[in-house]
Amino acid sequence: MAVLHITKDTFEAEVLNSDKPVLLDFWASWCGPCRMIGPILDEIADEREDIKVCKVNVDEEPELASQYQVVSIPTLLVIENGKIVNQSLGAKPKAQILAML
Amino acid sequence: MSKVYDMIIVGGGPGGYTAALYAARAGMSVVVLEKLAAGGQMVETPQIDNYPGYIDGVDGYTLGQQMCKHAEKYGAQTRYTEVTKLSLQPEMKAAETPEGVYYGKTLVVATGANPKHLGVPGEQELLGRGVHYCASCDGMFYRGKTVVVVGGGNTAAADALLLSRVAEKVILVHRRDTLRAARVYHKPLMQAQNVEFYWNSQVQEIRSGEIVVQNVHSGQKNTIPCDGVFVGIGRQPASELVKGMLELDEGNYIVGDETTATNIPGVFAVGDVRAKALRQIVTAVSDGAVAVHYAEEYLATLTE
Repeated sequence: MAVLHITKDTFEAEVLNSDKPVLLDFWASWCGPCRMIGPILDEIADEREDIKVCKVNVDEEPELASQYQVVSIPTLLVIENGKIVNQSLGAKPKAQILAML
Repeated sequence: MSKVYDMIIVGGGPGGYTAALYAARAGMSVVVLEKLAAGGQMVETPQIDNYPGYIDGVDGYTLGQQMCKHAEKYGAQTRYTEVTKLSLQPEMKAAETPEGVYYGKTLVVATGANPKHLGVPGEQELLGRGVHYCASCDGMFYRGKTVVVVGGGNTAAADALLLSRVAEKVILVHRRDTLRAARVYHKPLMQAQNVEFYWNSQVQEIRSGEIVVQNVHSGQKNTIPCDGVFVGIGRQPASELVKGMLELDEGNYIVGDETTATNIPGVFAVGDVRAKALRQIVTAVSDGAVAVHYAEEYLATLTE
């Protein structure tokens, strides 16, 4: 499944009420390290049917960013049943991102 | 026996990909082992204004991608994998990764450098929640707020300037009484209405919402309220992989002269990981080209 771009209107349905664990990436187009992990997240989304990969653009969705107290990007969260079960800051290799799940 | 490359390059920044470009164009088989994505430290710079030919500047991520594609156009390969161990023998170089071992007749260390940490209480605990090392990544979250920038070199000066356009107030804390940064930064920083300076001051502790600094002469401590701290006190070389194998200087930079050759025949060090006077993209790409020149000489001796 392709990466899903999330807005504050779709956040509850797609992320909080997701029946699969969600890998959520807070990013921005001007952030180099965010762009570095972009292709990695696309790959993970294609390869893993058991999870959902979602992205929040912090410029377009500042409410979501501040709700999750994001002040550093990329921030990656793993959300299961609406709760954060794992998080990491900064660009990470694919193996380390997969290890969060 | 596995494939033996003419050249293995560890690290996909400007030094690594320039070596890859020159090696590929010289007809060598070459693989770049990069743990994340092309570009290295360049990706943290949204606007590079001193790379010749780009009059209007270029962002670091794009420049990294271009260098990667340029090398790959001539046959260089990239493997996205992390090198966990190196074996550097004159007769054979091996790079271990989770996906297997890569063998090469020559090896270029292009692992670059990482931001230096202050090593004060609170720094680790508040990482990414008030303590930052990349103003271009995280500065936007401090719109209308007060931030401290630590350092007096180019990184700190560039960070302070960038943040002065976003934050309400920028406080630059530096242990000396003048900036070490390039002249181009001095005037705009001094003229910025919202930048304050704490000279001769060292950071003692970072707490949530404030930072404690001490004057290096008087010993007097000051607590500065702030929403975030951006540390720009320089870089440390990523030379852990070669520790005990290659000669390092006191700052852990790999000792290699202008030929980029190290103490092990056929092993070269390029870019920011090498001991040198000026660490810039242009000097990293220069190293990459020079390394291939001497690698070709070395390969010629193997076939004699």
